[in-house]
Amino acid sequence: MPANRFNNFTNYGIGIGLRVPHYQHILSEKPTVSWFEIISENFMVDAGRPLHVLDQILEQYRVVQHGVAMYLGSTDGLNYEHLKKLKRLVRRTNTPWLSDHLCWGSVDGRYTHDLLPLPYTFAAATHVAQRIREVRDYLEVPILVENVSSYAEFHASEMTEWEFLSEVVEKADAGILLDVNNIYVSSQNHNFNPYDYLNHIPHDRVGQIHIAGHSKFEKYILDTHDHPVLDPVWKMYAHATKLTGATATLLEWDDRIPSFDEVHREALKAGKFCKDLANEPVAA
Amino acid sequence: MSRSPRKAAGPGQDLRAIQRAFATGIMRPLTSGHQMQSKWVDGKSARKAAATFIKPNDRLSSFDRLEIYNKQYWFRLLDSLYEDFPGLRALIGNDRFHKMSIAYLSKYPSRTFSLRDLGDRMEKFLAKEPKWMRPNPKLALELVRFEWAHIVAFDGEALAPLEIDALLDGGDPAKLRLAFQPYITFLACDYPVDDFIISVRRREEPRGEASNAVTERAQRKSTKKLKLPKPEKIFLAVHRSENSVYYKRLEPEAYLICSALRKGQTLQTACERAFRLRKGDANFGATLQTWFAQWASFGWFCAA
Repeated sequence: MPANRFNNFTNYGIGIGLRVPHYQHILSEKPTVSWFEIISENFMVDAGRPLHVLDQILEQYRVVQHGVAMYLGSTDGLNYEHLKKLKRLVRRTNTPWLSDHLCWGSVDGRYTHDLLPLPYTFAAATHVAQRIREVRDYLEVPILVENVSSYAEFHASEMTEWEFLSEVVEKADAGILLDVNNIYVSSQNHNFNPYDYLNHIPHDRVGQIHIAGHSKFEKYILDTHDHPVLDPVWKMYAHATKLTGATATLLEWDDRIPSFDEVHREALKAGKFCKDLANEPVAA
Repeated sequence: MSRSPRKAAGPGQDLRAIQRAFATGIMRPLTSGHQMQSKWVDGKSARKAAATFIKPNDRLSSFDRLEIYNKQYWFRLLDSLYEDFPGLRALIGNDRFHKMSIAYLSKYPSRTFSLRDLGDRMEKFLAKEPKWMRPNPKLALELVRFEWAHIVAFDGEALAPLEIDALLDGGDPAKLRLAFQPYITFLACDYPVDDFIISVRRREEPRGEASNAVTERAQRKSTKKLKLPKPEKIFLAVHRSENSVYYKRLEPEAYLICSALRKGQTLQTACERAFRLRKGDANFGATLQTWFAQWASFGWFCAA
């Protein structure tokens, strides 16, 4: 039974990010994996090996698309060439939902290729929500927005990040891809209690969760996705799943990628929390 | 009456103004020590400019916080060019390649969502700024063309291939025009760039997939000076077969035909010049047939 109306895929369980170093292992060994998350932009190409590999994956596995370049918070007009390619890919993968970040990354036609933070203003929330609605109408697939990790805050902000996320998804009537690691990273960088964040978002909109590792520097934490998940993040994940109910969860490991088996083992640790939830009442 | 010091004007609440200010800060090249520049684009203090829109915290100033993004931007984009142009890098050296890449990205910032397209104006840039290619400008330009052709061949558009019979069936060679797959590039080179690139790639280990965050500038291998290729006229088709990129050497007449067809000339016109060059070769007609059959078997032809 779905945990909430944005979480029709509770049974997806634990997924893994599809990454180039694992292609050969996955295609030859066909490991048992509930689903793979792909970075949409890596497959928004015209032809060639990326699509050839994807088609082979699709023969065996369920695939969910996760984007890094829709830039829902940009003030440039929506890029319909980009969306056209994205829609072509949505049709190819039959992704049950599509996620991208609550961020911006381009301005005046110049692309930074980064997930840049937004000022948490009511005007920005209205702007982003409108764009999410337009994107969803065009792509005809449910949209989840993911909270990003950040290293800067703006004087212009009028609310907390979790209030901003809530404002956006309520206005857009969109779901949330809750990145627990990103909340932890930002909480350390901006001195807030990450549990305040978890407790105050609309849990009935969380359709997917991300977990990942990060790197600590002297004065800040960087979201590097190059380590196993750290204990504070697992604790937050346990808390989050109690609030949201069992939710499709994805381990991100994007750099210094170890063997497939190691990544798989790390991801499956999340299953323990979901199993513990199985006998508990589902969140409303 | 004394006036209080005037506070630097910032972007205020306006989202677009904030994004422009942020992008201005992070897209400025780093210093030689990989730090954010102390001056803003207007020559004033970058610390004051950053403070107008970014909050400091108990550990980092506004400048420090913007600098994290400034570094991420440059490390990520420079890494991408580093991966895409190993041949040019080997030719001009890592240090000059690094400086050239900064100059290139400053002049031609990315304009698409994909890093794949980041180097699409490299040839144009180098043609306008040949100083980066000294003392081998011709070889450098050929390498750039070749490396861009590799990127196009890897994932460029493929149209439904046409069989040779379908191409020629009932067609008048004087009017017939044949089209090649968009992912193929034909090159005439004065150096054996294919051999050079293969040797460069062989000595470089593949690197990990980039994450969104780049922790530090990737360790650059101190590349021993490679033996530069001696001039040799070669003709190439950079193409794709079974989803792998191939560099196929062509005979001069084959290149002539392919490049003429690509320019939209008729089959007859394209072949006539080749026949003239092979005057006296009684078997050239058969050779031609073999070439066309082979190109068709590679799936090179598509509807015009």
